[in-house]
Parts: sequence; C-alpha cells; structure tokens
Amino acid sequence: MMREMTGAEMVMQALIDQDVEHMFGYPGGAVLPIYDAMFHQNQVKHILVRHEQGAVHMAEGYARSSGKVGVVLVTSGPGATNAVTGLTDALLDSIPLVCITGQVPTHLIGSDAFQECDTVGITRPCTKHNYLVRDINDLARVMHEAFYVAQNGRPGPVVVDIPKDVQFAKGMYVGPENIQHRTYQPRLKGDPEKIKAAVEMLAKARRPVLYTGGGVINSGPEASRVLREFARLSGYPVTSTLMGLGAFPASDRQWLGMLGMHGTYEANMAMHDCDVMLCIGARFDDRITGRLDAFSPGSKKIHIDIDPSSINKNVKVDLPIIGDVKHVLEDILTVWRGMKAEPDRKAIASWWSQIDKWRARKSLAFPSSTRIIKPQQAIKSLYEQVKDKDVYITTEVGQHQMWAAQHFHFEQPNRWMTSGGLGTMGYGLPAAIGVQVAHPESLVIDIAGEASIQMCLQELSTALQFDLPVKIFVLNNEYMGMVRQWQDLLHGGRYSHSYSESLPDFVKLAEAYGGVGIRCSNPADLDGAIHEMLSVNRPVLFDCLVDKTENVLPMIPSGKPHNEMIMPDHPEALDDAIDEEGKMLV
Amino acid sequence: MPPVNDPAERHTLSMLVDNEPGVLARIVGLFSGRGYNIDSLTVSEVSHASHLSRITVVTTGAPMIIEQIKSQLDRLVPVHRVVDLTVVGKAVERELALIKVRGKGEIRQEALLIADSFRARTVDTTLESFVFEITGKPEKIDQFVSLLEPLGLVEVSRTGVAAIGRGPEGM
Ligand SMILES: Cc1cc2nc3c(=O)[nH]c(=O)nc-3n(C[C@H](O)[C@H](O)[C@H](O)COP(=O)(O)OP(=O)(O)OC[C@H]3O[C@@H](n4cnc5c(N)ncnc54)[C@H](O)[C@@H]3O)c2cc1C
Ligand SMILES: Cc1ncc(C[n+]2csc(CCOP(=O)(O)OP(=O)(O)O)c2C)c(N)n1
Ligand SMILES: [Mg+2]
Repeated sequence: MMREMTGAEMVMQALIDQDVEHMFGYPGGAVLPIYDAMFHQNQVKHILVRHEQGAVHMAEGYARSSGKVGVVLVTSGPGATNAVTGLTDALLDSIPLVCITGQVPTHLIGSDAFQECDTVGITRPCTKHNYLVRDINDLARVMHEAFYVAQNGRPGPVVVDIPKDVQFAKGMYVGPENIQHRTYQPRLKGDPEKIKAAVEMLAKARRPVLYTGGGVINSGPEASRVLREFARLSGYPVTSTLMGLGAFPASDRQWLGMLGMHGTYEANMAMHDCDVMLCIGARFDDRITGRLDAFSPGSKKIHIDIDPSSINKNVKVDLPIIGDVKHVLEDILTVWRGMKAEPDRKAIASWWSQIDKWRARKSLAFPSSTRIIKPQQAIKSLYEQVKDKDVYITTEVGQHQMWAAQHFHFEQPNRWMTSGGLGTMGYGLPAAIGVQVAHPESLVIDIAGEASIQMCLQELSTALQFDLPVKIFVLNNEYMGMVRQWQDLLHGGRYSHSYSESLPDFVKLAEAYGGVGIRCSNPADLDGAIHEMLSVNRPVLFDCLVDKTENVLPMIPSGKPHNEMIMPDHPEALDDAIDEEGKMLV
Repeated sequence: MPPVNDPAERHTLSMLVDNEPGVLARIVGLFSGRGYNIDSLTVSEVSHASHLSRITVVTTGAPMIIEQIKSQLDRLVPVHRVVDLTVVGKAVERELALIKVRGKGEIRQEALLIADSFRARTVDTTLESFVFEITGKPEKIDQFVSLLEPLGLVEVSRTGVAAIGRGPEGM
C-alpha cells in the first residue's frame, strides 16, 4: 500500500499496521504532530503516564506478559533522557520495545536548540539498535524495521528518533508487507550435527541438569511446552534463573527451584555436581556462576542460545548450539525419539536420591512467628490466596523480590515480570500497570519494598485514570533491606543510609491518589487483610509491616562456589562470609 | 582460572558495514564500553553503489575475548559480516605512513639512505626536510620510524592497517 501522508500520520499508520493496540507515552513540543495524528484515530489506545521511565517499564510489563512488542512515545530532550533507565532495563532483560522519541527539527540539530539532546548518541549503548530519521522517505521503512529488529533474534529495545520537521513533511507511506531486513536475519534452527551430538551427550548423562533461563520465555509459550515434554521424556531435573520462572511448572516433582545466589540448595548443588549441563536460553550470569573457576567443575556443558555473543562469554562451553529454544528443543526431541535414546535409569535414580537428600536440607525454611509478620510468610499467604486465580506478578528490586522468587510459585510462563539484569527499583508498579493493560480481567500484583515503591509511585495516578486495578503489596521492613543485608555482610553492620527515614503514611497516600490503602502488622490479621485487598476492584496499596531484621537466605556469598552456601540453619555464617577478593564484587 | 586470563593474542578483524551515519560510533563505542583494545582502526567506503564500508580493526585479547569481540560486532544491526583474518589464515596486511624528518648535512644523507633501503618514496623535499611515504607491514613501519628517530624525526602520520585474505575467495 502506497499513500501520501505526513510523517506523523505515517507513525500512526505504521503502528496500526504492526497491530499495536496500546502505547505508553507523554507529550511535549517535539512530538505534538504525532499526538495530533493520534487524535484522529481510535485504533491505538494511548496510556498517559506520569514519568517517561514509567512509560518504558509499562511497555516492558505489557510486552513480557503478552509476547507483543511494547510501544513508547516520548518527547525530545528530557523525555528521551527520562526513558534511558527503562531502555537499559529492557536491553539487559531482552524485552522487545519500540520507543519513538521526538527530536528538534533537522536544521537545528547540533545547535543546542531548546530540548535538544543527542538521543541516538545517548541511547546507542542501551538499545539493541536505534535510528535518527532525517528523511521522510525513510520513515515508514524505519518504523517497520524497528518492529522487526525489536522482536527477532534476541529481543531488545529499539529507538526511532524523529525530528519535528520530518513529522510535518509529506511522503509516500509503505506498508510492512515487503520490508525485510537486509542484514539482520538471526538463525532459528540449530545445526543438526550439533543437535545429534547433544542428544548423545544427554542420553549418556548420569547426573544431568537442565539449566533454563529467560530465553525460554522469549521463545514463546510453545518453548515451555517443548521443555516440559523433554523433561518428562528424559526424567531429568530442571532449574531456572530468575528470568525463566514459570517456563517449567513449580509443582512438578522434577522442579528444583531457582538457582544462583539466592537459589535453592538442591538447584545449586545439582549444578555443581552434574556431569552434563544443558543450558537453555540462559547467559551464565554472575548471580548464577558464583566463583567462575569453581563453577560446575566436572560437567560437560551444552548451551542453546540465539545470540552467539552469549556463548563462551563467561563460561567456556563444550557444545554451543545457536538457535531458538523452541526450534532446537523440538529437534532434540525428534532426534531423541528417533534414536530411541534411553537414559541410564539406574544412574538417574541414584542422582535423584542424591537430589532428594539436598532437598531435605529445606534451604527455604524460615522461623515462624505469631508476634511479627515474617516477609516470607507474607508471600506464602499471598500465594495461597491467589494461586488458583488468573494472576500476574511483578516486583520491585530488593529482598522482597528474592522472597517472591522463592516463595511464590509459577506454573505458566509470562506470569512473572521482574527486573533481573539491571535490577531497577521502580520497575514493579509501572510494569504491573502495563500487564494490567494487556490483561484487563486478570489479577495483577506488584510485590514491592517500601523504598522501591517510592521511585515510580506517581504512576498510581495512571492506574486510577485508566481504571487499572493493580495491587501493590509492600513488604515494609523500613529498610532498604537488600542494602542492609550487604552492610551486614561486608561492612560490620554499619547501616549507612539504608534506613527508610520519614516514610509516608502509605494508606493515606493511596487514598490521596484515589486508591485504597490497607495496613497490616499482625500475623493473625494477614489472611483477612489480603482477602480484603483481593475483593476490591480498584488499585490497592497494601502496607504490610514485616520483620525489619530478616535476611534473604540461602545465599552464595559473592566470590564463592555453589557448594559453599550459607543456609538458614546457620545464618550467623553471613557475618564473615566474604573474603577480601569477594568484597570487590557486587 | 577462568580462560579470560589466557595470554593475549593480536588479531585482525575485517568487517563490511552499511555506510550510514553513526556506524563507526557504534563500533568504537562497543570497544570502549566493553573495555576491549583497539590497536589500529581503518575505515573507508568500498562500494559506493551498495553503500558498504570496510572496517579493519587490530585488537589484542585472550582468545575468549577475541571470540566475544567478533560476536558482539556481528550482532550490530548495520554490520553485514565479520571475519577474523588472523584465524582464517595468513592475510595480507599493509599500512601506509607519511614521515617527516628535519636536518642538514650528513644527517640528511643518512635519512635518504635508510629511506632507500626501505623502499620509501620521498614525496616532499626542502633544503632542511623530507617527507617519506612508506607502505608495508606495521612492523616494518615501526622499524623505519625508529631508525629515523635520531635523524630529526618531526612527525608521523599512519593510516592504520588495511587487510585482505589470501587466495581467490572474498570475505
Ligand atoms: C537483587 C537481585 C538478585 C538476583 N539474584 C538472582 C539469583 O539468585 N538467581 C538468578 O537466577 N538470578 C538472580 N538475579 C537475576 C540476574 O541478575 C540475571 O538477570 C539473571 O540471572 C539472568 O537470567 P538468564 O540467564 O535467564 O538470562 P536473560 O537475561 O533472561 O537472557 C536470556 C538469554 O537467552 C537468550 N535468548 C533470548 N531469546 C532466545 C530464544 N528465542 N532462543 C534462544 N535463546 C534466547 C539470550 O540471548 C540470553 O543469552 C538477581 C537480580 C537481582 C536484581
Ligand atoms: C534505581 C536503583 N537504585 C539503587 C539500587 C540499589 N538497591 C538494590 S536493592 C535496594 C533497596 C531496596 O529497598 P526496598 O525497596 O525497601 O526493598 P527490600 O530490600 O527492603 O525488600 C537498593 C537501594 C537499585 N537496585 N536500583
Ligand atoms: Mg524495604
């Protein structure tokens, strides 16, 4: 379809042609023509945010929970710079976004014009790709290409910077039909020889483990289904990173729980002692490997990843397979069946009995209390009441995030949105709003900390404006708990600036926004209060006053190997767990 | 020990990229942002019709880092192809340098003799200076420059390495 229109109209038309239903944005001088074009249509619904960082996190929550590309629209200068945190977050967590930024007119670029900033320069290292569109004749193609790049291969954020004169200029619009990227064509299918080699290694394994990650979620729900099928067929144990939770059902007997710094004892010990590791869409992050030279020393490692730069980045693997999780796992299944592969059932059984011994250590245990709400208990109680509902969970960053990962259990992919790579406090509330936009009938809960929630709390106003009844469940320990925990660990318990002073009255604050506030401090009242939160069909801020001194355990202290975890039955080991070298790490 | 601590090697990477604004910034930014070394960098358009430029980078790092650099470059959207010429086999590597020396009398004679033995051309002459043009492997140029050092070396301008694989195949 070729049609003459203005640049601003092209932007809207491209969004419509890309099946965009919702976008998140904030107006300003340099994007007014696009806002005007938006005014003349009603296919794409615009959610007006309160801060551009919120817009990007909303788009992230929207994308991660729906599998679609999240779309953001912000103005030049401060609009663009405010979006940078969200873009970086999306880059590190591989979330597909298209972020349109306004720019000063082309003839003023470089003159320090009002609200000018070098948006493509600033966002170059925090996007998968970015474009400055100087010519109206490039605009439609660039818009379609941006969607293609954002969602193909390893997903990521793409910025399209459009000067104001280009938004007014007229040109021919081209549809997305014939746009194919010249160079960027990631491969989906794995090399058949390598797949065969992988099946042979896997079938011979005596102590195998499947180490799954965010790439399974990125690959789509089918990937989770194939993963489950392979796990069932082989009988092998499955663990996952923070980013992959839900890809494999937590209720399954083969599920070991999350691995890594705050993962379970059984998951980390299985990683340490395995003889064959199948890494599926995970990137050997430092939260996972612990001390690199002691990481799973005796295993052969197979790594499925769509991005060649994830291969051999931190850990040298024996068999890399470049490809998409779903495609590669499907082929592994086919070859496995074709070869009539039969694992050594005796060896696998004795591996499981070893794993069961590790499980019996109950690494997620915590002391109960009738006097004070334990944060872990708060998550458990919440989980018990919502587990049979159609529920989506987002989090902020800190201890509450880890307790949510440990004590809330997921059966399905795309139900858990958290900021893993960048660890952005302030992510959870806007992400929850984005999820609610994509799933208006579902229950959406942001599990938060009292410090993090203050970073993007203004978005509560967005939730109210658009009737998005998100629930904010604050584990209020009056501390930046995760910081306090590390000060215990590294700095002799000197709590320099980690106490949350001068906290607002969250109940009144929620009411001031027009939402509902609930406070609970007594373990006996907790279930009732949660029930009350769930019965309100409006945004609720739940201020849950919890134990101020609790630490997240188990923990692999930084710089230590997997088999030197600090366990909840010996929490005192936290005090001098980290040596001089480990102190340098984060 | 993690393989990152393996001894550093010197590699020449050649890539074809879209000749568009910002592409060089992307590549240089990748090197600085991720802490990789650039020993030499050469950029020029090689096909006007298809808007392609060829970039040659000489870098040093442990083998695992070199592999990382290559994959990181390869995933940049405007990069068509990256070849590690050092891995592919002996490539032809050439650099051009312009070198100015200043002096009178015997020193001048000496400089001319050295230039001659390196097959350098004299491209500018005054009564008290020469500018030499020399083409060759970077090591040869290093050697030439160090011999001229005591003979009144004023300044050096080098192009950086251009490289191409041997044999009939293209990259
Ligand atoms: C306070 C805090 C504590 C943390 N503690 C832990 C912890 O204890 N345990 C833990 O696991 N994490 C923890 N994290 C998260 C951690 O920082 C990393 O974000 C996380 O481990 C990375 O997950 P991942 O390896 O699954 O990779 P992701 O970042 O999800 O990357 C996905 C990988 O899959 C690849 N991929 C993408 N799409 C596809 C596809 N279609 N097919 C094939 N491959 C694909 C990508 O190229 C990439 O290599 C913590 C974070 C915070 C903020
Ligand atoms: C934007 C940002 N700034 C700083 C940090 C460092 N940081 C990590 S966790 C944390 C404290 C979080 O406190 P809170 O939200 O109360 O959660 P808690 O750990 O108490 O559960 C801080 C400051 C961060 N992750 N993000
Ligand atoms: Mg807190």
